[in-house]
Amino acid sequence: MKGLPPVLITAIVLVAGFALCAMQFPNIASTRVVGNLLTDNAFLGIVATGMTFVIISGGIDLSVGSVIGFTTVFVALAIERWGVPPLVAFTAILLLSAGFGAAMGAVIHVFDLPPFIVTLAGMFLARGASFLLSTESVPITAPVYSTVSDFALRMPGGGRLTAIAIIMLVIVIGGALLLHLTRFGANVYALGGSRATASLMGVAVGKMTVKIYMLSSLLAGIAGIVFSFYTSAGYSLSAVGVELDTIAAVVIGGTLLTGGQGSVIGTFLGVLIQGLIQTYINFDGTLSSWWTKIATGILLFAFIALQQGLVALARRPVRKSAGATS
Amino acid sequence: MTALLPRRGLAQILALIVILAVDRVVSPQFFDLRLQDGRLFGSLIDVLNRGTPVALLSLGMVLVIATRGIDLSVGAVMAISGAIAASLADSHGLPIVLGAALGAGLVCGLWNGFLVAVLGMQPIVATLILMVAGRGIAQLITEGRIVTFSSPDLVWLGNGAVLGLPVPVAIALGMLILTGAVVRGSALGLLIEATGGNARASELAGVGTRAMILSVYVWCGVCAALAGVIAAADIMGADANNAGLWLELDAILAVVIGGTSLFGGRFSLVLAVLGALIIQTMNTGILLSGYPPEFNLLVKAVVVLAVLLLQSPKFAGIAGTAARLRRSKA
Repeated sequence: MKGLPPVLITAIVLVAGFALCAMQFPNIASTRVVGNLLTDNAFLGIVATGMTFVIISGGIDLSVGSVIGFTTVFVALAIERWGVPPLVAFTAILLLSAGFGAAMGAVIHVFDLPPFIVTLAGMFLARGASFLLSTESVPITAPVYSTVSDFALRMPGGGRLTAIAIIMLVIVIGGALLLHLTRFGANVYALGGSRATASLMGVAVGKMTVKIYMLSSLLAGIAGIVFSFYTSAGYSLSAVGVELDTIAAVVIGGTLLTGGQGSVIGTFLGVLIQGLIQTYINFDGTLSSWWTKIATGILLFAFIALQQGLVALARRPVRKSAGATS
Repeated sequence: MTALLPRRGLAQILALIVILAVDRVVSPQFFDLRLQDGRLFGSLIDVLNRGTPVALLSLGMVLVIATRGIDLSVGAVMAISGAIAASLADSHGLPIVLGAALGAGLVCGLWNGFLVAVLGMQPIVATLILMVAGRGIAQLITEGRIVTFSSPDLVWLGNGAVLGLPVPVAIALGMLILTGAVVRGSALGLLIEATGGNARASELAGVGTRAMILSVYVWCGVCAALAGVIAAADIMGADANNAGLWLELDAILAVVIGGTSLFGGRFSLVLAVLGALIIQTMNTGILLSGYPPEFNLLVKAVVVLAVLLLQSPKFAGIAGTAARLRRSKA
């Protein structure tokens, strides 16, 4: 009972959606389109992996979009203006974002505050800090960037599996292993199930909270670097609203927003569904991009209503058997 | 429990006075007021005028939060109602425009309330749906363009004056009095607080908690729609992408600054509006000081954290222990 049915439903929606799109536009069913789908949504997949951990643990992280924005600006300025070698800049920003996440986790745990409002403050802080660094878009011309964007594995059919898509796939697989096979992952589920119970079972709740938000911000930092590879620029307004897309992807992937249930694979499928909607709209050409939002909203509603139904179904037999025994 | 100025509002009033004083230092003409064409002008009036949308949003939001809920969709609802008002303004009279726009807000509120009260969804999740889809719907109405209008009636709503006050300020004041009269003039406010304090216990005690929750979301939707109409009237157009963007966060912030607990159970309308004014006074002060407006977000973040820490029972506990330790040492 690790939330397999919702994941299956997400998979079915994705396959059915892809089949429908392919029927209307046969060109969609090509490795080129799939390769682009993975590349265009690479940063979303990475950040959504981190969000999955946070949401399963019963929290939420609204700061991820701002952390991505801050990262792109920081990396661009460090490489282009301050003359820092790219690898040093990457290390610095990853340490910085991990520290940022750890601080949010610590505030949430120590002061017993709702994650929603603490990460909201974090969102303001990170966005404000990136505005302070630079309000202009800073192009990145370092040779690493052209090397990385030129690198791609050829897939049969002419599709390109780009470097950033590979990074995303590695992180998704790593995240899935971390969540499903390790003690850390088990603790994340325990926290989301019930904080008090987890604490009584010997889970170090405080340490776990700090680690979970640290992981989320760290992945947001990596997503920011990937985003800067994707756009070859740093801009303080990049990735505005990504936190919503991310949460939507996690929910569509079958993760319960109340915590305790979910999977990284489901989240990955959720990201692909959102990407598929975008691809369909691009292929159609007559629909405006705001249909993406409406379609995402409808999917969100469908999945949440479904979860609500499943939860209600799961509760009913328990009540009956309790009545029978008494 | 007086509805006017409870004693716990002292901190907020002091904060506002301090920020006003800082603004006065930054800009010596801050308190200057002059009457021109039957309307007052000056930085203070500007603060009130600019603060109106968030003040209206916080009026609805504070009731929602009092029931232990939250409404993330208010910014999107503003975009929808603004889009409707702008599209109808040049072809229909003001009553129809207002009716349609506020009606849309009512429907949005009903939808949110239905999801929370009837389907039992978590408020954050339930209102997230409309937050994501709402802007798309607004784009659908404006067909992706920025719709402008020139109807003098609607423009008056955003730029006119009543008794020297800008119309938006008068509307916000009217809404504050109306909301206050309804919830504090009757037992309604108490029932809302009871619902937020413990929904199950209130239900057993005979409070219609579902009706309470449904009605606060509806009111929140209507307030958001009104804010959307005023925002559209102010710029004489509707921009579905940017109208009310991130204002839901400002509204939540205003409510939190106003001392209303996010865990429900108690609320103050006046202090929530005061919170909105504090935010706007800070914004205006930063603008006047010549610092880049980017500082806004940083300052807001620091203020949120400070207010949260002060509200946190844990912090009070730690501070109390520290004080006791210091006293025992002395």
